[in-house]
Amino acid sequence: MGSNLSLAYLMLSAILFVIGGVGVLIRRNPLVMIMCVELMLNAVNLSFVTFGKMLNDISGQIIVFFVMVVAAAEVVIGLALIVAMARRRPGATADDLRTLRG
Amino acid sequence: MVGLVWLIPALPLAGFLLLVFFGKRIGEPRSGWIGTGAVALAFVTACLVFAGLWGEPEHTYELSLFQWIPAGRFNVDIGILLDPLSMTMALFITGIASLIHLYSIGYMHGDSRFPRFFTYLNLFVFSMLVLVLGNNMVLTFLGWEGVGACSYFLIAFWFEKEENASAGKKAFITNRVGDWGFMIAIFMTFFAFGTVTYTQFLPMAPGLAQTTATFIALMLFVGAIGKSAQIPLFIWLPDAMAGPTPVSALIHAATMVTAGVYLLVRVNPILTASASWIPWMIAIVGCATAFLAATIALAQQDIKKVLAYSTVSQLGYMFLAVGVGGYSAAIFHMITHAFFKALLFLGAGSVIHGMHDEQDMRRMGALRKIMPVTAITFIVGWLAISGVPPFSGFWSKDDILAYALHKSVILYIFGLITALLTAFYMSRLVFRVFYGDARWGESAEAELANLNAHTATDAVDADAPAHGDAHDDAHAESGHGAMHPHESKWPMLVPLIVLAFFAAIAGVLNLPFTEHLEFLNRWLEPVVGENQAHLSLGGVQLTIELLLSTTIAIAGIIAAYLVYLKHKVDPRRIELPFFANGWYIDQSITKFMGGIGRKGFELIAMFDKVVIDGAVNGVGRATRGGAARLRSIENGYVRWYALMIGVGAVLLVAFAMTQVSF
Repeated sequence: MGSNLSLAYLMLSAILFVIGGVGVLIRRNPLVMIMCVELMLNAVNLSFVTFGKMLNDISGQIIVFFVMVVAAAEVVIGLALIVAMARRRPGATADDLRTLRG
Repeated sequence: MVGLVWLIPALPLAGFLLLVFFGKRIGEPRSGWIGTGAVALAFVTACLVFAGLWGEPEHTYELSLFQWIPAGRFNVDIGILLDPLSMTMALFITGIASLIHLYSIGYMHGDSRFPRFFTYLNLFVFSMLVLVLGNNMVLTFLGWEGVGACSYFLIAFWFEKEENASAGKKAFITNRVGDWGFMIAIFMTFFAFGTVTYTQFLPMAPGLAQTTATFIALMLFVGAIGKSAQIPLFIWLPDAMAGPTPVSALIHAATMVTAGVYLLVRVNPILTASASWIPWMIAIVGCATAFLAATIALAQQDIKKVLAYSTVSQLGYMFLAVGVGGYSAAIFHMITHAFFKALLFLGAGSVIHGMHDEQDMRRMGALRKIMPVTAITFIVGWLAISGVPPFSGFWSKDDILAYALHKSVILYIFGLITALLTAFYMSRLVFRVFYGDARWGESAEAELANLNAHTATDAVDADAPAHGDAHDDAHAESGHGAMHPHESKWPMLVPLIVLAFFAAIAGVLNLPFTEHLEFLNRWLEPVVGENQAHLSLGGVQLTIELLLSTTIAIAGIIAAYLVYLKHKVDPRRIELPFFANGWYIDQSITKFMGGIGRKGFELIAMFDKVVIDGAVNGVGRATRGGAARLRSIENGYVRWYALMIGVGAVLLVAFAMTQVSF
């Protein structure tokens, strides 16, 4: 695998990360926001694997497992919150939920 | 037997606890007997311990009961230091206190708060014993505050009367000034030595820097003048006479007020290590107080006020003794004074009791036939305080004067003048109360009216008899027209007789003729020996001094005889309003506090309000103001928070990039 290919993977990772980040910032649907967060996490996973390959270090791939576990847990909680929210206030967006404002 | 020493304070404490919880149920005569018994047992224990102490090396024994305040380097134990000084104090405190407890059973008979009186008295004795037996300054301070509180409770014992309550407050507040000095001295002692235990820091005192020693000594002196009623803090003691007479005898004559003298004698190595003006100051303050109080006593009409100012004056003698290095003389006078002044107060109490709560000497006279025992014992006390040989006061006062002469002739002369005044005002009291014409009953009404007209300017009338109404029922049927004075009952007479015996012979403790006879000097040697001024009196000098003192005492008595019994001189030429009003010191303080003082305090209050409160409230207001502005960024939009996290992350990375060089 040449360094050009690695660079391409990193570029892809950066693009995915930015898409995810912008999605979190501009979308108001909580479900989409969760998906965007997942996209950001996986973009990071991709960069971890790439760096691991470039530096010939296995720990890059190990960390990815951790991230995946955490992401799975996060999704569970996130989806549970979304379901609870949808039952209580159907059709509410993230901006409608600002009871904790200062 | 010295191991029993903890029982000495524990017995009065037990009496106090018993009376405080069950006093009301135990009831009138029995609660008094319990209180008396507790203190009498403490006295017996003290005697046993005294016998045991002879066997100890240097007559010193230290007992640590338990740890009280362990805080890093600061360690305070509940411990007892038994040495000749504290042993002497404990003996005469418990001894005199038992007699006064017994007396109180008779004196307080019929009072509605009879058990409470003995509760306070027992608590007082306990605190006083903690004060003298404590092996460190903090424990002494605990006792010091305890006796102060008891003094307050007992001065204001008949608090239904406004004057009594305010006299209690006055005593408490004036003492606070002194307590402040004592506290500073404790802090400073810990700072300088790292310990407050007497046996640990006193041996180190000679190596102390002179300025530190001077400061500690000065602050201890401030503490001592508050408790022992010296210039300028003596004003509370005469007002303290509002309390029942046994209280005046025990607390405000024999024991508590001598605590200041005890403290200064206890820390004598520090006084020696301090600058030489400290002993001079102590001597001068003592001498001035002795003189000033004696002049005031000349013109008082209230029998207890005369004795109160006399106490202030005698305490002045003790301070003089401490100042001139005669520590053993100070303790000697403290003991003899405890005997004869307690006797005089109890005698005065017996007179007041017999006269149905009359305290004004202008309404007494010729009582010796009606109250023979009171009169005879009182006369013994009178001769003792006047310094007539061979009574005890003569020897102790002369001891002090000898030390004063050793230091300075001026102190000696003032001491002699005060001795003359003492003999004069005490003779005046005795002649007016026990001799002369009866100025009570029907025959006296006209004369009294005449007398009152002449002394209209006399302010004593205004603040005089502040006595309670303990014996109201006895009082009710006896108007002034039908006054029948009577002798008191045996519980009051026995203490008088015992005290009169000791007031007469206590001089044998320390006769100045040969070293062999100076028991008290040799006994106190381990405590004060090194720092005591050394007197070497030749036989001739001693004889001259003794003769001079005797002459002075007799001259005072004869002068009083001529004025008050032979009426050669009009008494009003001696009883000047200036003296009667106590040199206008109280009025000056009132005026100062009402005028400039009040303005000053208002200024301080203003400073407190504007600067101190301003700073505190300012911090609060700034926090609230800042928060009102900051809360707007917490707008509740999740996406806004996400953006801020992103911005923060970018800034952090940017910062890291500038720090790392590639």
